[in-house]
Amino acid sequence: MRNRPPRKNQLSSYFSNHLHVSLASLGRLYAQPIATFMTAAVIAIALALPVGLYIALDNVDQLSSDWDGSTQISLFLHTHVKKRDAEKLMQRLEMHKNIKKIEFIDKEKGLEQFREISGFGDALKYLDSNPLPIVLVVHPKINNNQPDRTTALVKELRKNKLVELAQLDVQWVKRLYTFLEIANRSILVISSMLAIAVLLIIGNTIRLDIQNRREEIEVSKLIGASDAFIRRPFLYTGIWYGAIGGGLAWIITQISLLLIENPVHELALLYHSDFRLSGLGAGNTLLLILFSCLLGLVGSWIAVSRHLKEIEPS
Amino acid sequence: MINFDNISKRYPGGHDALRRVNLRLAKGQMAFLTGHSGAGKSTLLKLIAMIERPTRGQIFLDGVNLNNISNRKIPYIRRNIGIIFQNHHLLYDRPVFDNVAMPLIIQGYRRQEIHKRVRAALNQVGLLSKEKAAPITLSGGEQQRVGIARAIVHKPLLLLADEPTGNLDPELSLEIMQLFARFNQVGTTVLIASHDLELIKHIGSPVISLQDGQITHNGLPFTA
Repeated sequence: MRNRPPRKNQLSSYFSNHLHVSLASLGRLYAQPIATFMTAAVIAIALALPVGLYIALDNVDQLSSDWDGSTQISLFLHTHVKKRDAEKLMQRLEMHKNIKKIEFIDKEKGLEQFREISGFGDALKYLDSNPLPIVLVVHPKINNNQPDRTTALVKELRKNKLVELAQLDVQWVKRLYTFLEIANRSILVISSMLAIAVLLIIGNTIRLDIQNRREEIEVSKLIGASDAFIRRPFLYTGIWYGAIGGGLAWIITQISLLLIENPVHELALLYHSDFRLSGLGAGNTLLLILFSCLLGLVGSWIAVSRHLKEIEPS
Repeated sequence: MINFDNISKRYPGGHDALRRVNLRLAKGQMAFLTGHSGAGKSTLLKLIAMIERPTRGQIFLDGVNLNNISNRKIPYIRRNIGIIFQNHHLLYDRPVFDNVAMPLIIQGYRRQEIHKRVRAALNQVGLLSKEKAAPITLSGGEQQRVGIARAIVHKPLLLLADEPTGNLDPELSLEIMQLFARFNQVGTTVLIASHDLELIKHIGSPVISLQDGQITHNGLPFTA
């Protein structure tokens, strides 16, 4: 049939229509700032919670990866072993293909460390002689968690006559990793549930919006608007809700980080660490906003596909 | 332009709105559809605009069998029709200009073209000075003319009007009808449902009378 504008015009006006509709949708939200803010705030809180948990987990991960490199075997030598013999042993072991480096802790240094860390400093004054053995701290070469090789190394070291006790400090690292894995999964579950909540919030908001604009939808259908044309403003509204909610979620997490940053740093200092909280980062912030826009789009799509069909001119 | 072939329409619940209606309206013709309320006038218009579908029979619009048009394609059929309602169906949240521009925006016209055509349409209905006004500030007759401007702005092949003068005084009604006659003179096919027999006689176009869902008269206005 006739009544078609020329093709060339159609394409450019298609894009200008998208631009126009997206701005008009934003304008509509801006015209009702309080209602918009409340909806966006609910979305933001639902997003900020998993984001906050993620940041916490990420920080713990970083902290523990520092420790990962320090999987170490403590070789407690017999107390009668002379320092010279111990040094010889160390030189020999440093050639070992599975050993990265060795720390030498002689009796005096061991005593000093013990005094510093244990808090029994005063008690040590009453000892006549130094009861501590020489300790060699062996750092194995670790390539991506090969516990078997490390265990084999421990067995080998135990056979040495000078060694009284070889202790592998790896068990608690394994436990920590298992715990982190559980935390990771839990966050995934919580995130999924909250993402669904965001979908429902946006879907419901768009549903109300559709009902409020019933008349406009009816008239548009009567004068030949395609479904895509009628859908468009609602989809953009959903995307905007997602974008605003995502932005607010980012602000909420930043404020929370600021609030707990100092106490965390103080705690870290107590543990002789200069660990500092790291935030979301630019890439992840972008990802958060994009994901929340996507949630907005999907949520409004669900509402639109369910409710637009109900409105037909009569 | 319009060709009804043995059309019946039964609404859910068993009410027969139209019974075996055969009707032809040639391209460029203007006709009135009369009858008491409930005679089937609105149903007939709704079938053409594809707001309803017939229970039986076939409708051809400009040679296209409407039975073959899927719901998804309905918008493209409606773009060839201008529809005017008794209660205007204007959107009160936007000025007159934006109301009239809607069909053009929907069809993806460019801005300059939209401006040109909207102003031309408003000029034709004598409301060019009101383009920035809010519809609510206009009188009933003016609102109806905005509705007409919106119906003709995209130069449709066919104009359908359902009781366009229902709420207007006789003088304004005549003005509106003369407006339709003018569009008809430049080639648009016009079908107007109205029960205002005096007015119809005055215009002198052919009349199709409906009674209980059947056509009882099709021709020149009768003198009753």
